[in-house]
Amino acid sequence: MKRFIRAAIFFVGLLVVWEGLYLAHIWSPVLVPSPLSVGRYLWGAALDGTLGSATVVTLRRLLYGYAFGLAIGLPLGFLTAHFRVLKDTIGLLALGLQTLPSVCWVPLALLWFGQTESAMFFVVVMGTIWSVIIATEDGVRNIPPIYARAARTMGSRGLHTWVKVILPGALPYIVGGMKQGWAFAWRSLMAAEIYVTILSGFGLGFLMNNGRELNAMDQVIGIMLVLLVIGLLADKILFAPWERMLRRRWGTAK
Amino acid sequence: MTVQSELRVEVPAKLSIQNVSKSFHSAGGHVHALDRVSLDVAEGEFICLLGPSGCGKSTLLNIVAGLEQADDGQVVADGGPIREPGRDRMMMFQESALFPWLNVRDNVLFGLKLKPNLRRKERLEVAQFYLRLVGLEKFQRSFVHELSGGMKQRVALARALAPNPRVLLMDEPFAALDALTREQLYGDLQRIWQERKKTIIFVTHNVREAACLGDRVILMSPHPGRIQEEFKVDLPRPRDINSVELARHATAIMASLKGARANAEVAE
Repeated sequence: MKRFIRAAIFFVGLLVVWEGLYLAHIWSPVLVPSPLSVGRYLWGAALDGTLGSATVVTLRRLLYGYAFGLAIGLPLGFLTAHFRVLKDTIGLLALGLQTLPSVCWVPLALLWFGQTESAMFFVVVMGTIWSVIIATEDGVRNIPPIYARAARTMGSRGLHTWVKVILPGALPYIVGGMKQGWAFAWRSLMAAEIYVTILSGFGLGFLMNNGRELNAMDQVIGIMLVLLVIGLLADKILFAPWERMLRRRWGTAK
Repeated sequence: MTVQSELRVEVPAKLSIQNVSKSFHSAGGHVHALDRVSLDVAEGEFICLLGPSGCGKSTLLNIVAGLEQADDGQVVADGGPIREPGRDRMMMFQESALFPWLNVRDNVLFGLKLKPNLRRKERLEVAQFYLRLVGLEKFQRSFVHELSGGMKQRVALARALAPNPRVLLMDEPFAALDALTREQLYGDLQRIWQERKKTIIFVTHNVREAACLGDRVILMSPHPGRIQEEFKVDLPRPRDINSVELARHATAIMASLKGARANAEVAE
């Protein structure tokens, strides 16, 4: 409760400073709108449904691509950890592509798929997959070999060892990789949505770019706030429970 | 299968190590870890393999466990040669090797779940039994990082005992513990050994520990690993590591150990 109050005071303080700057008229109100007008925009967009539908479009793109990226990346990570030949090929490719800012997939995706949902999907998958492969591989390689030996003496073999020992043993790394993959996918999707209009669905990135074209700073900042809240919620809902579980079991202090 | 039959005291196994040799090739060159080592272990005997590092005692234990293969020779358990790990031989390591993602009870259940013909309820009862045996039934739901070093090794002991093996292989299980905890565990291990009648091979470099625990202490010498001498310790149990008679045995073993080292240095 004390932490909640502290956070509340901090954010209310931020709003007060913002309103103060607006009232001081240092900058044009076109560049620095009041928090109230941003709130009014958000309220209106929420009521007429544009905000809701844009959020749904964006989150659907993100979740589909992310889920697919995990479904491919996790097994590939295990395979590259297991087979030397895959480590020297796919592992190296993943390492290289992971250093590539995921936004760089956008031009290629647009040329390949045109202004379609497939392009968005491709960008999100590319954002997710390399981090997940590398983290999974790292995780598997960093498991103390004694775990696998102990499991073997107790009669664990093959698939059982992978599912019951290697997978849970690598989990701290895997969760880290999933988090990074999520962040990369989220950033590249936003870039793609701002960069190009896709007629099959108007996402949050489109709304923000639309605000720029209309010179509507309240809209731009309003959408930024929505993105920020989505990012926070994703962290709290998708990853915080895992991280809590890991801390509790592994006892890693953070 | 019932809990009673699962928990019955199994007949301990007889082991025969026959002319086992093993070499390793590494970047540092060729290491002759074991050179034609032979040893017979009776049913229910407590054997301590003692020696300086490099004498191949852990390698020998791994071969008996089936985790490593001998280049030459074989280990026979109750008539059949050992080729791979089996539930009849459970192993305990210097680090507990407990799984951090499982709580204490689930760690003990790990081996039991791999045993066919046991129902969930029966497995739980068996796990319960062994946790009680090592005095940790209150910590079932704890996670590994919440336990002290001594408690971890107790859980590891319970986990190794749970599938009811006939042989227990212990690789310096108490080396990382403080002296007081260690003494407690010497007492517990002797009690459990007498109650559960296992054949135990216990690897250590601690002379007193070997004299305290073993029916026989097998002194090994390095480069190449060989059996140098054998000591029978016929003191009554439970033995106290601080007793005078035990110290006498330990002194004799120590003298032989030092002699071997001096010889090795002269030879080099």
